[in-house]
Amino acid sequence: MSTSKPAGLHRRRLIGAGTAAAITGFPNIGFTQARQPIKIGVPTILSGRVAQLGISSRNAMQIEVDAFNASGGLDGRPIELIVRDSRGVPAEAARLAREMISSDAVEFLFDAEPSSGGFAIHEVVRETGTVTLHINSETSSLTADPRQRFWNAFRVARQGIHDSIAGGYYAASVARSRNLRRWMTISPDYAYGRDTTAEFVEFARGFNADIQITGETWPRLFQADYTENITRLNQGRPQAVYSCLWAGDLVTFVEQASIFGLFAQSQLFAVNMADYTTLQQVRNLPRGVHSGNRYLRNFPPVPGNLAFATEYNRRFNTFPTNWSWQSATAVRLLTTALRQVGGTNPREVAAKLKGMTIESPFGAEGTVTMRAEDQTLVDYAIGWGTTISADPFVENMQKADWATIRRLEAEWKRGKGWG
Amino acid sequence: MELTELAECVSSMSCVVTQLAAGLTIGMLLFLVASGLTLIFGVLGLVNFAHGSLYMMGAYFALAAYGPTGSFAIAVLAGTLGAALLGLFFERFLLSRIYGQDVLMQLLVCYAIILILDDVVKIIWGADFRNMGVPPAFLHPPFIIGGGVVPYFYAILFGITALIAVALSYGMSRTRFGRIVRAAAVNPGMVGALGINTTVVYAAVFAIGAGLAGAAGALSAPIRSVVPGAGVSILIESFIVTVIGGMGSIGGALAASLILGLTRSFGSIGFPLFVEGAMFVIMALVLILRPSGLGGRRG
Repeated sequence: MSTSKPAGLHRRRLIGAGTAAAITGFPNIGFTQARQPIKIGVPTILSGRVAQLGISSRNAMQIEVDAFNASGGLDGRPIELIVRDSRGVPAEAARLAREMISSDAVEFLFDAEPSSGGFAIHEVVRETGTVTLHINSETSSLTADPRQRFWNAFRVARQGIHDSIAGGYYAASVARSRNLRRWMTISPDYAYGRDTTAEFVEFARGFNADIQITGETWPRLFQADYTENITRLNQGRPQAVYSCLWAGDLVTFVEQASIFGLFAQSQLFAVNMADYTTLQQVRNLPRGVHSGNRYLRNFPPVPGNLAFATEYNRRFNTFPTNWSWQSATAVRLLTTALRQVGGTNPREVAAKLKGMTIESPFGAEGTVTMRAEDQTLVDYAIGWGTTISADPFVENMQKADWATIRRLEAEWKRGKGWG
Repeated sequence: MELTELAECVSSMSCVVTQLAAGLTIGMLLFLVASGLTLIFGVLGLVNFAHGSLYMMGAYFALAAYGPTGSFAIAVLAGTLGAALLGLFFERFLLSRIYGQDVLMQLLVCYAIILILDDVVKIIWGADFRNMGVPPAFLHPPFIIGGGVVPYFYAILFGITALIAVALSYGMSRTRFGRIVRAAAVNPGMVGALGINTTVVYAAVFAIGAGLAGAAGALSAPIRSVVPGAGVSILIESFIVTVIGGMGSIGGALAASLILGLTRSFGSIGFPLFVEGAMFVIMALVLILRPSGLGGRRG
């Protein structure tokens, strides 16, 4: 007589055990589903001449996301960033945004494109209703123009008009104290260069009517050689020169202008100088160049800002950029909203973001606010100072007054019919 | 157009000196690149669309050598020799196979080289711009001549490029090698029949042309940002020089380079928004009045 048990019994036991496991394991399966990551799409530039824009944005986001996930995420749900390279092509940025929304099922977007790609993504998310935080576009009209405004798009970046008011006020005051009347400008020949220069000149002259623009020169974006522009500046013999050249273009211009002795006769006001990627690339940084803060670890001089720079440096062996603090702020705003809402419902998250104020090491007074009326970031630290050749690179930082910025910004908007 | 300002400039010694010095320096750097391009075309009949990439590689080689040595002389040598060796490599393994072929095939192969070199640069040096900076030895106040400004480093650049131009001219007109090259350009079959290895001559010419582009890249690295793709804009200007000067003419290339340099320099005063356009206008005028170019052979 066989002692072996029938095969059918084995099968029944196996099925029974499997069923029991499935039943007892159900809560775990349910838990696993609850822990599905919150996907956030990040179209940006990761290759080419301005790859640093996307790389430094992504790095800063990752620091903040890692901290959020380590602290438990959203009731156990971590954030997963999906970062893709648009190569700086606006059409590609828009395509990536659509793909992330439809194929990757991202719940939110961090648009880390410059203005060109940012406006393209803006149109995509206007249709899809995806809650989107624009991180790097500084063109004022993105949020200042009411026709561009809708419920699900927010800007977490400095804004051209804010910088122009702050820079104009600072420049006017320096011009008054040093009697700088003859000014010339050198800025890149595209929308950002033209608009920002016009706004700076408008406010500088508004604060100091003695300022006269006696000449201007418009090099191409990414021009290799600035000799012809510099000799033109030399011929004009300006007392002061304004420039919104940036990154490698600014570095090359400063190097070339230095050997022409331009800074011995003229004071340079370069709004984009005080960013580490630029400051550390200029081999012979002239003393006394006036610059707005893009990102400096000692401005604002608070422990949180220094800690952010130190952590960033520890992980990536370089220092953050202007794009980094904006990206970090975007993550902090969104994660705060998610936790306050207790979920990812887009309408609820957007409603929470509107008017939200959070503590921030990048704030002028320790906080930044997502202004409700135009869904743009305000109260971030803006200052101007003068360069020195070694770390901390900029001294005598003068903080801009946000009450003045708000008042003049409102007048500027009314003047454009946007008020 | 700001022709009043241009008129004021040319009647002012300080303005003329400043613009002249800047224009001549820009022109001479352009000549180094364009002379290599025109030499390669004149002797090998190859339109080297990858010539700008050799300029870029010269800048990167110089940057790599300058970092550890701190010597600008070594950096320039590294840029020149590095680009020459790279050019030799491409000539031997790729370009020599398309001599005499359709220009579209040449364009395709050269474009492949451009893409390969751009990606290699990104892998080795990264996608961001790099900056060598003016070597401390050249950080002197500019010369003031007649009230005009001539940067010290520009004077050095002008001196070096002028020396190279003289050496090139001498080498092509007074040496045995130069005579062989000129003969090979006119009748390679006869040169071969005389027992001269034309393969070696072609390779040497290509290496010299590439070296000239590399030298220009290395010399301009301290004052220009070094980025992947940096060769594109200089390539376009070099082609304009080659067309104006006459395809294959070194003397024509020199004249055309200086004309373009001065157009850029004085144009920035008189017609700042039309400087780029002015270069093409000059090219069109030369093509209409003298289709073979300033130094090109008629017919």
